[in-house]
Amino acid sequence: MQFDQILQYTLSGISTGAIYALIGIGFSIIYNATGIINFAQGEFVMLGGLLTLSCLELLNLPLWAAVPCAVAVSTVVGVLFERLAIRPLRQPTPINLVIITIGGSILIRGLAMLVWGKDTHTIPPFSGDTPIAIGGATILPQHLWILAITLIIIVINKIYFYHTISGKAMRACSYNRRAAGLVGIDVRRMVLFSFIISSAMGAVAGIIVAPLTMTAYDVGVMLGLKGFCAAIIGGMSSGISTVIGGLILGVLESLGAGLISSGYKDAIAFIILLLIMFIRPQGLFGKADSERV
Amino acid sequence: MKQNLLLFTGFSILIMFAPQLLSGGYLMNVLVFVGINTMLAIALNLLLGYAGQISLGHAGFFGLGAYLSGILTTAYRFNPWVAMPVAAVVVGCMAGMIGFPILKLKGHYLAMATLGLGIIIFIVFNETVELTGGPSGLSGIPNLQLAGISFDSDVKNYYLIWGFTLAVMLFSLNLANSRIGRALRAVHDSEVAAQVLGVNARLLKVQIFAMSAVISSLAGSLYAHTMTFISPASFGFNFSIELLTMVVIGGLGSVYGSFLGAALLTLLPEILRGANDYDIIIYGGLLIVMVMFMPGGLVRGIPALYRKVIKQKGETGHA
Repeated sequence: MQFDQILQYTLSGISTGAIYALIGIGFSIIYNATGIINFAQGEFVMLGGLLTLSCLELLNLPLWAAVPCAVAVSTVVGVLFERLAIRPLRQPTPINLVIITIGGSILIRGLAMLVWGKDTHTIPPFSGDTPIAIGGATILPQHLWILAITLIIIVINKIYFYHTISGKAMRACSYNRRAAGLVGIDVRRMVLFSFIISSAMGAVAGIIVAPLTMTAYDVGVMLGLKGFCAAIIGGMSSGISTVIGGLILGVLESLGAGLISSGYKDAIAFIILLLIMFIRPQGLFGKADSERV
Repeated sequence: MKQNLLLFTGFSILIMFAPQLLSGGYLMNVLVFVGINTMLAIALNLLLGYAGQISLGHAGFFGLGAYLSGILTTAYRFNPWVAMPVAAVVVGCMAGMIGFPILKLKGHYLAMATLGLGIIIFIVFNETVELTGGPSGLSGIPNLQLAGISFDSDVKNYYLIWGFTLAVMLFSLNLANSRIGRALRAVHDSEVAAQVLGVNARLLKVQIFAMSAVISSLAGSLYAHTMTFISPASFGFNFSIELLTMVVIGGLGSVYGSFLGAALLTLLPEILRGANDYDIIIYGGLLIVMVMFMPGGLVRGIPALYRKVIKQKGETGHA
């Protein structure tokens, strides 16, 4: 096996891994604030890509305007979802929450199918598609965009959670919702915030990956699940360990697809998911938590 | 108990005479599917409604039953009646083995893990082309035969499938009223409390998981032998979600609820024939509406609604 080939797979794995990381952090933010695994997370990724397409083609907006527009609309969908489906739920048991977020995800996917049809769509790359050579391997400018934007989002995320009042309040909710409520934090508002942040992040992930992989009404399912794998590897943290989780997943998947069999590419992610859940349910880097009864 | 028996007898008689009351070969075909889906919904309901453990991978067990039956009868020339129990035992053992680690997980984590399992099984169906035929499917699976009768028409299949379905229903009704059923409900309400009272919750959960997989596998084998053709598309993630929808819409923990849910979701696409593309919106919407407004499912929601209407009528009558 040639070194160049391995380098090539690793490089493309890192950029898909960055996407998984962004989606995974979205999962973790909602999970930490609410205890909900949002099965509809992948649909925001899909919405981001397809809304950008509509902004570009129907409204003839330039790219720099289309992206914020698409993110804003996806965020509105996220807020509506929280308001109309999650908040009014009378019996918020884990099983009911799983079912209702699955229902939401199917509904959003179905509506997207009506709006954009069943075809796959392409979005033009942000800055051309002239390959860049790196020591025997090549990458596209879009890969660099993905890495740069992911990095920026992670930094903003860090600043928000550690240096602003509302970010700190949100962390308080994730440690103990009841205690956070007792010290005057509006927990329900924090839940809404968590949906805003993670739907926006999901949309950004969907936009930056769309020029590479194309997009369609049903891309959200797989991307969402992979993002969840990243979050599980990272122990449901909304920080650096989920990023590492995403990168590990992306690289392993890319190497597995290249060196073993491309048909089993998706299976690799789920085998990793099951192994981690069986052996280290607290994530690769987390400490075991004692269970409260 | 007596009431239960009466209800079941009434239901069975209705099922027995349905072909006489309803005409049309196409409808028979749909009713065969209602039977298979009822069996599957009950299997999932044993796990979700009785024991409170979610599974988003049951289409995988259904598919394993179908493919094992299909492969054993076509490639290895097994008699279908032998292939069916062999498939069920193999699937049961697999579910038992995977059950121990997977059922340690709870709630959302269990949902994701079973979902992952279902997707892995689906990918294996697609990729092991020399065994399963890959995405283009496996054809030429023989029909079941009994005492010289070959089950090759819709009406014959109707009686075959519903014979099995009624047996599964009776089994599940009895299970609910047995010691195991009570233990399962205890686990559902509080695993710790059940364990304190001497229920081996972990083993019990694995047993019901395996039992549920065996019933799904049986349904899969029957599906393969009645359709004579199978392809991976019938056993994907979407079908697992459809099964979940049936159980939730019908009513968690209710055997007749599973029948209602299965019947509704199987007949719905036939009724909405023109609106073919809208069906996923309807599924999604139904799931949300049911969980929000009728968390007990149709089987509890409709009587409650009826009582409410009666009460309102009574009040306006007095005024």
